[in-house]
Amino acid sequence: MDLILTPNLPDPDGFYDDLLAAHEGLSAEESHALNARLVLILANHVGDRAVLRAALRAARDGGETNAGGSGGAAAP
Amino acid sequence: MVQARYDIAFRLYPYERVAAQSQPPRRHPVVIVGGGPVGLAAALDLGRRGTPVLLLDDHEGAGKGSRAICFARRTLEIADRLGAVAPMREKGVVWNIGKVFYGEDRLFEFDLSPEPGHRHPAFINLQQPYFEKFLMEEIRAAQARGAPLEIRGCNAVTALTDRGDHVHLEIGTPDGPYALEAEWLIACDGARSPVREGLGLSFDGRVFEDNFLIADVRMTADFPTERWFWFEPPFEGAGQSALLHRQPDDVWRLDFQLGWDIDRKAELDPAAVRRRVDGMLGQGAEYDLIWTSIYTFQCRRMERFRRGRVLFAGDSAHQVSPFGARGANSGVQDAENLAWKLDLVVRGLAPETLLDSYCAEREHGADENILNSTRATDFLTPKSEISAVFRNAVLDLARDHPFARAMVNSGRLSVPCVYDGMPLNGPDALDGPAVSRVGAPCPDAPVGDGFLLGRLGDGFTLLTFDVDAPAHVEEGGVVARRLAFEAPTGALRERYLGQAERAVYLIRPDQHVAARWAHCDEAAIRRALRAATGAEPWI
Repeated sequence: MDLILTPNLPDPDGFYDDLLAAHEGLSAEESHALNARLVLILANHVGDRAVLRAALRAARDGGETNAGGSGGAAAP
Repeated sequence: MVQARYDIAFRLYPYERVAAQSQPPRRHPVVIVGGGPVGLAAALDLGRRGTPVLLLDDHEGAGKGSRAICFARRTLEIADRLGAVAPMREKGVVWNIGKVFYGEDRLFEFDLSPEPGHRHPAFINLQQPYFEKFLMEEIRAAQARGAPLEIRGCNAVTALTDRGDHVHLEIGTPDGPYALEAEWLIACDGARSPVREGLGLSFDGRVFEDNFLIADVRMTADFPTERWFWFEPPFEGAGQSALLHRQPDDVWRLDFQLGWDIDRKAELDPAAVRRRVDGMLGQGAEYDLIWTSIYTFQCRRMERFRRGRVLFAGDSAHQVSPFGARGANSGVQDAENLAWKLDLVVRGLAPETLLDSYCAEREHGADENILNSTRATDFLTPKSEISAVFRNAVLDLARDHPFARAMVNSGRLSVPCVYDGMPLNGPDALDGPAVSRVGAPCPDAPVGDGFLLGRLGDGFTLLTFDVDAPAHVEEGGVVARRLAFEAPTGALRERYLGQAERAVYLIRPDQHVAARWAHCDEAAIRRALRAATGAEPWI
C-alpha cells in the first residue's frame, strides 16, 4: 500500500472540527501529550512500516517547506 | 606485586608459585586472560576438547557483588553441554512473570513461560559469583579427568607484544614477574580490558548520561518471584525508574535510576541507600544491605574482535546496558562460538581464517545486542522533551491498549542471535521451519526421556529425520556423527520438519545449524563441512 496524500477523508472540515474539539480546554502540554497518543494509535492502526516511513518523511518535508518558525535552517 | 581491585566472594584459584616462574618463557597453544564467566566458559570448552589452555586472572576468584544476575536459556544450554548446569539450576531462581508499573498504577504483566518442550527455562536468576563458582567446579572435575586445563590466580598481564607467530606476555605475580608465550590469546578481561588498552585498540560507541544505584538486600519477604519494573516509581527518592528482582539466598536486587547529576559518594552512604530502599519496601521492612554499587553504562564495541593472534570475547569486545541481560549471556555465546573454532585451528584441522568467522558472527551478535540495549535505554531515559512525551504517551496507552504494551521497553530480554547470511553457512535446501533455519541455534525438543540438545555432543552432528545416511561423514579430519530419528513427533517434528516429510541437518559444535537438506547427498554434506570449517566457502 502507498501512502495516500490525495483527499481521502469524506468530510475534511468535519474531521478538522473533531480534531480541534479533542484539544478543547487542554494546556499546551496536555495537547502535546494527546497528539503523541494520537500518533501512536493511528500508527498502530496503519500497521505498515513502509507507509509510516513515507508519512514521517512527508511530515518532515512539510515542516521544512513551510519553514519560517522554529526549525531554522532546513535539515540536509 | 599484583594490585587487588576488588574483594573476592569465592576464592576459586588461589595463587600458587609454579616452576615456569623461574624458567625461560614457555609457549602455550592458548592463553586466556580473565577468569569471569566468559574466560571460564572458554577455558572449560577448549579443555574438554583436549586443547591445552592456560587461564590467567589477576585475582584469586570471583569478585564480590551479584552483578550479572539473569542467565538466559541459551547460556544454560551451553553450560549444560559443558557439564556445569546442574548446580546452576539447583541454586537459581526461576521466574516467568514480569510486572510493569507506571507511578502507582500496574500497567500490565507479561509471562515468559515456557513454550513447552525445552529442557531449560527462559531465565534463571543467579548471582554471578555462583555462576563462576559452578563453572570452576566443573573445570576442577575436568582436570581430574585429565583435561589439559591450568588456572593461575594472581597472575596479572603487565605487557604484551604480538610477535607474528605468537604473543609475548609479561606477567606480574606476588613473587615477581615472569614471561610466557601464547600462540593464541583470548582476552576476556572485561570492559576496561587491559589487553585491549595494551594494544591501543579503540572501543567506540555511545555513552549514556545516567547513573543507576544497585542495592542488593537480604530479607525474608513475601514478594512473589517476579520481575517488577516501575516507570516514575511512586516511592520517595526512587528516581525515574526502579526494579525489584529476586535472587537466590533471600537476596533481592533493587535498582534505582538516579539521573546524571549526582554526588556518588553521598548516594552510596548506607543511610541514603536505606532511605531509598525503605521507600520501595515500606517503612519497617527488615533487611540487610549486602552490596551496593552505582554504575553508568555505555553501548560500544571494538571494530574487530580479532587483532592478529589476540581474540576478544565478552565485555572486552562489546559493552551494553544491563537492561535485557545481554552482557554475560552474549559473552558466554562468544566463548562457545570461539572455542570449537580455535580448537580446530590449533589442531591444524581448519585454516586460521576460520577465526575471522568468529568476528563476523559475534560482531553481528554484538550489533544486535547493542541495538536492543540502546533502544531500551532510550525508552528508559528519554533524551529530549519530545522523546519523554512519546514515552509517557506509550505508558498512558499501555494501561488500556495491548498494542502500546508491546512498545513498553524495560529491556528486551536476551535471546541468541541467528547467523543469517554468514560466511560459514551452507545451503538451506529444506522447506522447513524458520526456527531451525541455517544459522539458527538448534531449538531444543524432548526426545525419549531426555532432550535433543543433550544428544548433540561436542562435535559436528548429522541430524537426520526419516532419511538414510552414513554413521559418520569425515572431511579433512573433521567428523560429523550421525544422530537419527525415525517418525519424529511433537515439538521435534514441529521444530525440525514443519510441513517437510524428511530432513538432513548439519549441526555445528556450537549447536547452530550449518546447512539443511530435504535428502542425503554425501558430497553436499562434505562441501558444507568444508564451508563450516572455513576451508572453502559454499558459494
